[in-house]
Amino acid sequence: MNAHLYLWLIPALPFAGFLINGILGRRLPKWVVTTIALAAPLAAFGVVLNASLGVFGFIPAASSLPNVETCPLPWISAGILHINFSFVLDQLSLVMLLVVTGVGFLIHIYSVGYMGDDKGYARYFSYLNLFLFFMTVLVLAGNALVMFIGWEGVGLASYLLIGFWFQKKSAADAGKKAFIVNRIGDFGFLIGMFLLVANFGTLTFTEIAIKLGQDPGWNGGVVTVIALCLMLGAAGKSAQLPLYIWLPDAMEGPTPVSALIHAATMVTAGVYMVARTHVLFDHSPFALSVVAIIGAATAIFAATIALVQNDIKRVLAYSTISQLGYMFLGCGVAAYSAAIFHLMTHAFFKALLFMAAGSVIHAIGGEQDLRKMGGLRKKLPVTFWTMTAAVLAIAGFFPFAGFFSKDAILYAAFLQGTNGKILWFVGVLTAMLTSFYMFRLWYLTFLGESRSPEVHPHESPWSMRGPLVILALLSIGGGWIGMERFGSFLAPSVGLLPTEAGNARLEIILSIVAVLVALEGWLIADKLYRRKPARPAQWAAALPGGYKLLAGKYFVDELYSAAVVKPLLGFSKFVLEWVVDFVILGGAAWLLGGIATFTGAILQRWQSGNLRSYAAWLAAGAAAVLLFLLVPWATVLANLSAIHLGMAGH
Amino acid sequence: MHLILFLVFAGFCLGGAINLLIQSHPINSALSLIVVMVSLAVLYLLLGAEFLFVAQIIVYAGAIMVLFTFVVMLLNAGREAHTMGSRAARSLGFPAVAAILAVIATVILHAQGLGVARLSDGITSTEELSTVLFTKLLLPFEVTSVLILIAILGAVALARHDDTDPQGNSERMGK
Amino acid sequence: MSSFLSQEVPLSWYLLLSAALFSLGVVGFLIKRNLITVFMSIELMLNGVNLSFVTFAHQWHAVKGQIFVFFVMMVAAAEAAVGLAIIIAVFRARATLAVDRIDLMKL
Repeated sequence: MNAHLYLWLIPALPFAGFLINGILGRRLPKWVVTTIALAAPLAAFGVVLNASLGVFGFIPAASSLPNVETCPLPWISAGILHINFSFVLDQLSLVMLLVVTGVGFLIHIYSVGYMGDDKGYARYFSYLNLFLFFMTVLVLAGNALVMFIGWEGVGLASYLLIGFWFQKKSAADAGKKAFIVNRIGDFGFLIGMFLLVANFGTLTFTEIAIKLGQDPGWNGGVVTVIALCLMLGAAGKSAQLPLYIWLPDAMEGPTPVSALIHAATMVTAGVYMVARTHVLFDHSPFALSVVAIIGAATAIFAATIALVQNDIKRVLAYSTISQLGYMFLGCGVAAYSAAIFHLMTHAFFKALLFMAAGSVIHAIGGEQDLRKMGGLRKKLPVTFWTMTAAVLAIAGFFPFAGFFSKDAILYAAFLQGTNGKILWFVGVLTAMLTSFYMFRLWYLTFLGESRSPEVHPHESPWSMRGPLVILALLSIGGGWIGMERFGSFLAPSVGLLPTEAGNARLEIILSIVAVLVALEGWLIADKLYRRKPARPAQWAAALPGGYKLLAGKYFVDELYSAAVVKPLLGFSKFVLEWVVDFVILGGAAWLLGGIATFTGAILQRWQSGNLRSYAAWLAAGAAAVLLFLLVPWATVLANLSAIHLGMAGH
Repeated sequence: MHLILFLVFAGFCLGGAINLLIQSHPINSALSLIVVMVSLAVLYLLLGAEFLFVAQIIVYAGAIMVLFTFVVMLLNAGREAHTMGSRAARSLGFPAVAAILAVIATVILHAQGLGVARLSDGITSTEELSTVLFTKLLLPFEVTSVLILIAILGAVALARHDDTDPQGNSERMGK
Repeated sequence: MSSFLSQEVPLSWYLLLSAALFSLGVVGFLIKRNLITVFMSIELMLNGVNLSFVTFAHQWHAVKGQIFVFFVMMVAAAEAAVGLAIIIAVFRARATLAVDRIDLMKL
């Protein structure tokens, strides 16, 4: 017997916040806007906590998972397809919701300080609440169509927030780019949904799982296609190859936005979706390997680019892409709970990294270039220590959060046969690169001497520092729950970890390798950026081609622009300006005019003023009327056809 | 007798009509038309309409055609000039006329119930005609007189010189 | 003598003559270039129709057919008077009686 958990409140409260702040925000005083904006996610978090208390046994279990709430009003009922607005709370969505609402709430608090002077304060918070609404809908969705609502909605919120400072052309363009690239992924999601309906007749996740389990024939074939389509959608949303290009540009938005949407929550929606539909992937080993390869390739690809970026937020953006690659690698080796574990810890330390970066940017008056920073350690102590915790976490040092989750993924990958070992190697290499570029960032920002001495940095207000501290604590201790407990908690919803082939000793060895690799990365960074700061420039000069390739982000944007965007633009320009404007519209106008002129020219001859032609037409008309009336046309035609047939017969 | 009379005067009719078409001077056409009118009058008499026989000669041949002749004289109309023809008239008009004639002729020839005319059929007397005219059809008769009055007024108004026309004034002054 | 008096002429011949006169009137209307001659062709048409009226009046011994011819004559007289007055007015304005040259409504 499931007690009513009021799941619908979780999206509804942020939506109410969006409406109020969106419509009335400009007229309300700032403290009212702030209160409403903060109350919504806090209340949503409260509802989630209430639900989780029962689950974790802190209060007598009033409900058991999965807890399903369905709207009594039916949505789509067409033939065999029945879709309702249903929210499902199971272990997976509970974990995700805790992350989304918890970290979301912290970022809302941070935004109060960061966006305090902005003119679009109310608009910002209404968009942020809108995002939270859609994200919770996505997480709570019980069927693919409701999830798609949330999917599209977070894309919309992302567009609105990236282009928040819309007067800046680069921001507006970045918003458009994010939305359009997302749409390409959504196309895959849609095709996947269509195929699901065509083959299973339902979009509800539990029903699909049941149907897949019933018939052993569901292996490969259609399931592979569906899984790959869904993966395309996930690649768009979670910035994997080849649709990652929007995420670095999305750094045009305010930093809290980058923290919330492009680090902790929205970009992880793809991973969540794969975990949600894991039964499909489980039945298609080919799709799983595609997912793993995409994840690993993206991870190392983005890590290489991050090595030479000079904008602090760009480094973090590529780092996000790389870490998301890890999560997909985890999904690709069917270690879904490991991927979710990494999702959770990543949310902690990546949000922290972004927020700390925002604090730094805020402190030095808007400067984002690493080459102009330095020496901020003494001036911004809280920011420094929290960011250090995050850097250690992302590099994967024991006992910080990232260590446990990253290791779980790499261990699961290693166990997957030869391909798995290759993936493991790529993951370890990426870990070294991650450690290197994160410590590079750390050195360049905080240590050494300030490279722009005219700036006087000041520490951020406590509204910004508070969430930093909380997240730092989570980055430190967030992994201590341990993979076994986490995995077994999630098992009812995502399946068990495939670690039967391994043993504890192998795991420990692999962990030590990972830590050593991370340490190596730190040492290299230390050498290059602290002890011998002239070296990076020398290395860059020694490999000009390679440096240019990395600094130019492998010129993927340019490639897409030339291969896809320009032809499309040219084609649409051709169609619109030539075909539609000139041929169709101009042609139609010319044609109509021509017809009028032509008919006029013909009919004009009737009005000649010539008496005799008038008389002729009169006579013709009279003859016609007489003929029509007096000739028995029926018999004439019958005779004619009889004659014709008669002649034909001969 | 009837047949001969008919053929002779029908021939005059057709001959006069064709001559009207052939002649180039309007006065010749007018004279041909008079021939047609008179022949038709005789044909009316053959069909037993004595009043119409007289009326045709008096009104048509004696008044209308005289009017035509006067106008021809007044306007000094000469031979027809050869102006540009009308293509529509030639290419459309003649076939149309031919079609009309053919259709009517076919209908007439296939019509049943048409009788014959004989000299012995008797004549509708004027008394008969006037009895109907002045009793049952009195109103149209009076209206016709009004119509003629209007026609006179109209003709006078249209055909007279304009008094305010300086050219007309100078013409009269010149005379 | 009685054989002469009782000779028959089929009424269809009268009607054919009427149709012929009418058609010749139309042809005249079409080919004549002088305005007055055109008007005369119209009179020819009217006369053709009159003949057919009288024929049918004879057929059915209906006096009304003859009365109608009488009225047609009256109207034709009125029409001729007015029409010729118009022709005179047109001639004054245009100085020509050629049908093809009179092609504007405005005098």
